[in-house]
Amino acid sequence: MSAEAAVDSPAARPDSGPIVELSGLSVGYQQRGRTTLAVEDVNLTIAPGETVAVVGESGSGKTTTANAILGLLPSSGVITAGRIRIAGTDVTGASDRVLRAFRGNVVGLVPQDPMVGLNPTMRIGGQIAEVVRRRGVDKRLVNAEVIEALERAGVDQPVVRARQYPGALSGGLRQRVLIAIAIAGHPRLIVADEPTSALDVTVQRRILDHLGGLVAETGTSLLIITHDLGVAADRADRVVVMQRGRIVEQGEPAAILLRPQEPYTRHLIAAAPALSHAGGVVPCFTDVTPAPEVLRLDGIGKDFRLPRTASGERTFRALDDVSLSVRAGQTLGLVGESGSGKTTALRIAMGLEKPTQGRVHLDGVDITDAGWSELRPLRRRFQLVHQNPYSSLDPRFTVAQTIAEPLVSFRVGDRASRAARVRELLDQVALPAAFADRKPAELSGGQRQRVAIARSLALEPELVFLDEPVSALDVSVQEQILTLLLRLQQDLGVGYLFISHDLAVVAQLAHHVAVLRAGRIIESGPAADILTAPVEEHTRELLGAVPGQRFAAELAASAPPGTKR
Amino acid sequence: MPRYLAGRVAQALLVLWAAYTVTFIILNVLPSDPITLQLSAGGADVSQLTAAQVHELKAHYGLDDPIVVQYFHHLWGALHLDFGMSLTQNVSVGSLITDKLPSTITLTAVAVVFMLVFGLAIAFLATYVQWRPARTLLARLPAVGVSLPQFFVGLLLIQVFSFSLTWLPATGTHGWKTLVLPAITLALPGAAMLAQLLTRSLNDTWREPYIVTARAKGLSRWTIQVRHALRNASLPALTLLGVLVGYTVVNAVVVETVFSRNGIGQLAQQAVLGQDVPVVQAIVLIAAGLFVVVNLIVDLLYSLLDPRVARAARAA
Repeated sequence: MSAEAAVDSPAARPDSGPIVELSGLSVGYQQRGRTTLAVEDVNLTIAPGETVAVVGESGSGKTTTANAILGLLPSSGVITAGRIRIAGTDVTGASDRVLRAFRGNVVGLVPQDPMVGLNPTMRIGGQIAEVVRRRGVDKRLVNAEVIEALERAGVDQPVVRARQYPGALSGGLRQRVLIAIAIAGHPRLIVADEPTSALDVTVQRRILDHLGGLVAETGTSLLIITHDLGVAADRADRVVVMQRGRIVEQGEPAAILLRPQEPYTRHLIAAAPALSHAGGVVPCFTDVTPAPEVLRLDGIGKDFRLPRTASGERTFRALDDVSLSVRAGQTLGLVGESGSGKTTALRIAMGLEKPTQGRVHLDGVDITDAGWSELRPLRRRFQLVHQNPYSSLDPRFTVAQTIAEPLVSFRVGDRASRAARVRELLDQVALPAAFADRKPAELSGGQRQRVAIARSLALEPELVFLDEPVSALDVSVQEQILTLLLRLQQDLGVGYLFISHDLAVVAQLAHHVAVLRAGRIIESGPAADILTAPVEEHTRELLGAVPGQRFAAELAASAPPGTKR
Repeated sequence: MPRYLAGRVAQALLVLWAAYTVTFIILNVLPSDPITLQLSAGGADVSQLTAAQVHELKAHYGLDDPIVVQYFHHLWGALHLDFGMSLTQNVSVGSLITDKLPSTITLTAVAVVFMLVFGLAIAFLATYVQWRPARTLLARLPAVGVSLPQFFVGLLLIQVFSFSLTWLPATGTHGWKTLVLPAITLALPGAAMLAQLLTRSLNDTWREPYIVTARAKGLSRWTIQVRHALRNASLPALTLLGVLVGYTVVNAVVVETVFSRNGIGQLAQQAVLGQDVPVVQAIVLIAAGLFVVVNLIVDLLYSLLDPRVARAARAA
């Protein structure tokens, strides 16, 4: 049954009618007596077995919509107009007591951030058992059902995992546990709120594939909330595009992607790397001119000591014979999954960690054994941009103080010249001069990252380390930041060491690419070679994980376009 | 885990030794003569004795030894729970302590139970009740408890429950009835502080994303509060609890005075005024011991409540 038919027959029996029906829904947040609308006049129905994706940037109201369905709005949130129906029952503004009957059993939730979505002081099994017991399952069978849910969510060694605490699990595994919690209630609809945004692309793909398989198998409906149109296009029967609290466009993925009616949708398409290049990851630089080396890592190895066990001392080899070089005015993209050793390599390159073996050269000078005080003058020449702009800026500093801090700590210039430099830097990162007096809390994620970039450029470094600089940002904002970085490199001739788990992002910036896996460089060379003709299987896997490709590939294979998968 | 425990116990013993040594040094630099004190307690004067008699007395109490020898002598005794003789009362310190300690321990224990019950109950209700006025009232209540001085609360309770209502006795050491008012007095400030911290901690915990997960499971508020919020919220409160129990022991001195209870508090007061060095020394050691034991228990409770701490402890 298609969604349109469901709208036409609202009087149908609850079992065959839509599971969720939002009509004219408006939700606002109350603050100091004023109500700001976050969602306005939203109409959305989800039919049994249907997968719907709501796409939009942060602040578009997509999460508020999802929370409103389950009645999980924060205490300041109020429904100001419209109705919410779940399985035919009107639950608009219903009490917790009424809504509880629907939560878990009718509508399940896979929350946003797996790292904080599980109770840290409770065993995995116990957290799943709560949901199983709510279905009135016999006490003796609960445990078996818990193990089954874990198994179905794709968790390895479910019996062992059930006895573990969340702290012992990786992000990907925690997300699978959250999926197990959602499916253990046998809901008719699963709401997945940015289920994989915090995860690596490869893990993201495996988990989304798994979730898609589960709902197809059981006929469950799925509501995916995402900022990535690529993710939506790959998996949804219907895509709903939201902007500033309103639905601007909805329809089948093919229709939305090929004939977008709204400029906003076109903007989102352009921002999804794979979608804008018809499925391929296209390197930005195909012709690389030789340039002098700024930074060289030579045969770097790093061992970490592990907790002692009965068998004695153990070490973990985080890096093994890693060699790479960053060239002046060019970008080296260092790619790998989490745990592959990217961050360790970065810390060694910056002199924050000493390698167990191998040498680090900066401009031909060996800095491997340089102490803190010897390294300090060199720190002017290389700077860092962190992954998360929400935590890398001091909340009490103004933007101007943040940007001028490197100048202050290296005693560069006086008050007037520093203020002038801040204005110049703000201009370079395309922020208005008026932002100088603002605090980080008043800025969006993208604006914060611009401030962090301006700070890293304050001392005119030769080299900037970019540690996943766009991973915490919306796809459309990612695009803007990448464009900015590209322009700054052309204008200032600064070299980048760019660390990322996402090859699609690396493709937009890198001249050279090195792929790291389990502490070893498995493949490296000019971006054009690695991205278009990868030799290693793992590199191909990373390339294949870029969202939006499946849709693009299907589109290419099935002419004429417009057919559903 | 045994490794972790051994380390903790060693640390505790070190603290006890340090406490003993520091008090020994402080008490021995006090400008007073134990013999004079002891004689005046017996109604005599040191000038009535000959130099030989004074010397004999000093030898008897080991006071003519070098200070270092005295220190090790006393430390060795303390290790065998022998604290020597009281200087002002002609009995052993050990018998004085065993005589007074039970009543103080009972009072402190009951007070700690009251503190836990009141503190937990107020924090629990302040975050569980949904009716706003009740919530606000419960959240503000602890501030009153914290700001009232203990002697005032004690006198107020005596006035109301002993003199006006005549339900409970105002003074005395024997029977459970004499325990109620002093225990409440002793528990009140601690309960208020505990309630303040726990209320705040519970409110913070309710904003955690895993609470949203729990709500999305369809669990009731009660289940979420008891199974998910309370355990996580009690972690910061646990550290405070260790300190509070320590203070309860110390405050027992004040409360025992107000309610004229015969206990360690009274003994400490007398010993300090009479400069009865061995008694003071023993009481300091007992107080330090209680502090150390309570904090050891708190540390172990931590690893019991929080698997992350337990993992770190196992790895250590």
